Amino acid sequence: MTNIASIAAPSQAGFNVRRIREDFPILRQTVHGKPLVYLDNAATTQKPRAVLDALMAYYSEDNANVHRGVHLLSERATQAFEDARATVQRFINAASAREIVFTRNATEGINLVAQTFGRTRLAPGDEVVISAMEHHSNIVPWQMVCEEKGASLRVIPITDEGALQLEEYERLLGSHTRLVSIVHLSNVLGTINPVQQMIATAHRRGVPVLIDGSQAVHHMTVDVQALDADFYVFTGHKLYGPTGIGVLYGKERLLDEMPPYQGGGDMIRSVTFEKTTYNALPYKFEAGTPNIAGALGLAAAVDYVTGIGMDRISAHERELLAYGTAALSGVPGLTLIGTAAEKSSVLSFVMDGVHPHDIGTVVDQEGVAIRTGHHCAQPLMQRLGIAATARASLALYNTREEIDALVAALHKVRELFT
Amino acid sequence: MSDLRELYQEVILDHNRRPRNFRAIEGANRHAEGYNPLCGDRLSLYLKVEDAVIKDASFQGSGCAISKASASMMTDSVKGKTLSEARGMFEQFHQMVTGNADPLAHPERLGKLAVFEGVRNYPARVKCASLAWHTLRSAVDAKDEVVSTEAE
Repeated sequence: MTNIASIAAPSQAGFNVRRIREDFPILRQTVHGKPLVYLDNAATTQKPRAVLDALMAYYSEDNANVHRGVHLLSERATQAFEDARATVQRFINAASAREIVFTRNATEGINLVAQTFGRTRLAPGDEVVISAMEHHSNIVPWQMVCEEKGASLRVIPITDEGALQLEEYERLLGSHTRLVSIVHLSNVLGTINPVQQMIATAHRRGVPVLIDGSQAVHHMTVDVQALDADFYVFTGHKLYGPTGIGVLYGKERLLDEMPPYQGGGDMIRSVTFEKTTYNALPYKFEAGTPNIAGALGLAAAVDYVTGIGMDRISAHERELLAYGTAALSGVPGLTLIGTAAEKSSVLSFVMDGVHPHDIGTVVDQEGVAIRTGHHCAQPLMQRLGIAATARASLALYNTREEIDALVAALHKVRELFT
Repeated sequence: MSDLRELYQEVILDHNRRPRNFRAIEGANRHAEGYNPLCGDRLSLYLKVEDAVIKDASFQGSGCAISKASASMMTDSVKGKTLSEARGMFEQFHQMVTGNADPLAHPERLGKLAVFEGVRNYPARVKCASLAWHTLRSAVDAKDEVVSTEAE
């Protein structure tokens, strides 16, 4: 067992995990009489005080509707909302704030692209390429539009370790491919896909690429221009921000060509009963009153992680992943699922003779929160030949001591079931 | 671990390790599939029914300890029961695990199945315990469809 003093010590210059934990009020509690060990970060992360304060400050001081009032509160709310957009733009290094569309979540971002870009570009016989490790949110929207348009899905296979088979990917790209849509970092396997290389491969054939970065943006630096991604989506609540706010990045040229997604207020320039002209980017895609508080909360979350430094966060999490991989490998009868060379922050596993649900219930009694089930990736489970996994997923506030608590709880699981 | 022992009683752990009636029945005349989309558990239930009496019952599939033990003990306990008695047992079991009935009030009704009483304190696990019973009801009513725990 690692003692507390050694974990609390900064693992590297400027990264003091004990100090960071103090920023997250929720982490102070006990569950079932044990200190909360929150290892379900791939489902959602906890929120730092800065995010909670931003939500409270907005509703306490600036609340008004955006883009329409001439009064002071509306001007302040509008300014804060557009500042939040600029914060997100800088965070992923988009060329322009017009390329940042606020959505409810990553799922809505993908649906937006499927229903606008997809519906106008896909014809019978066309193909959309996804991968075997996609979340349902990057499968079903494409199935829906493919069915409507007579197009089909092609799936990049994975190795047993959980890496994409890139030679198969190249083979799948053909004259009928209209779009590639792949996950940056797998929520089940932790695999980091070589998206920059994959985008370059697709572009050589003139195929645009959407990247689902829901699991990536809070674990590594993402630069959409360096990646040359055509679309990049992520959600706020996995990035220490509130639920109900997400981001669709799209290259301006593509967004310009796409029809609106939903009709309503804010997305129009002028309306008559005969004809409506649409607003400029990004408002064309933001019908109705947006989640203003959510955007401000997301910006506060972005400021929080950039204030700490993404490189430091990545290094801390890499070190924890290595520690966790070694610690879990020492549990008898435990098999890690997802052992690709390039991975981050996710420890999926199964145990001989114990169903993941039973693992989840037993470790919960020890205060340890993990996810069990198919993780919204049923086709991936089928590929791996398992019904479910248990998954511990890491965030910047996790410690070695918490990994030790998980391991101790897993020994209790073995005691009970063998 | 004392709380957990309420859920994972020794009888349940034993049925999980050595599930009874874990086989297909040759000549089964009732069959139903159960599926819990939340966890991916699947269950095939086979019944041999003669003159409205369940002569034999068995199951196959994959699942957690609670769902496997529940299917194992259920198939044991419905053998020899009439279809209408089996329907009644479904109701009683369902009420017990959802916390709407006290099994100790009528211990004779559920017998050994009362070991699943602890499930009521684990709302996330109620569907694990009731999957087999939903599937039984479907087989008893001879509905030819996959029954889902989400259809409640």
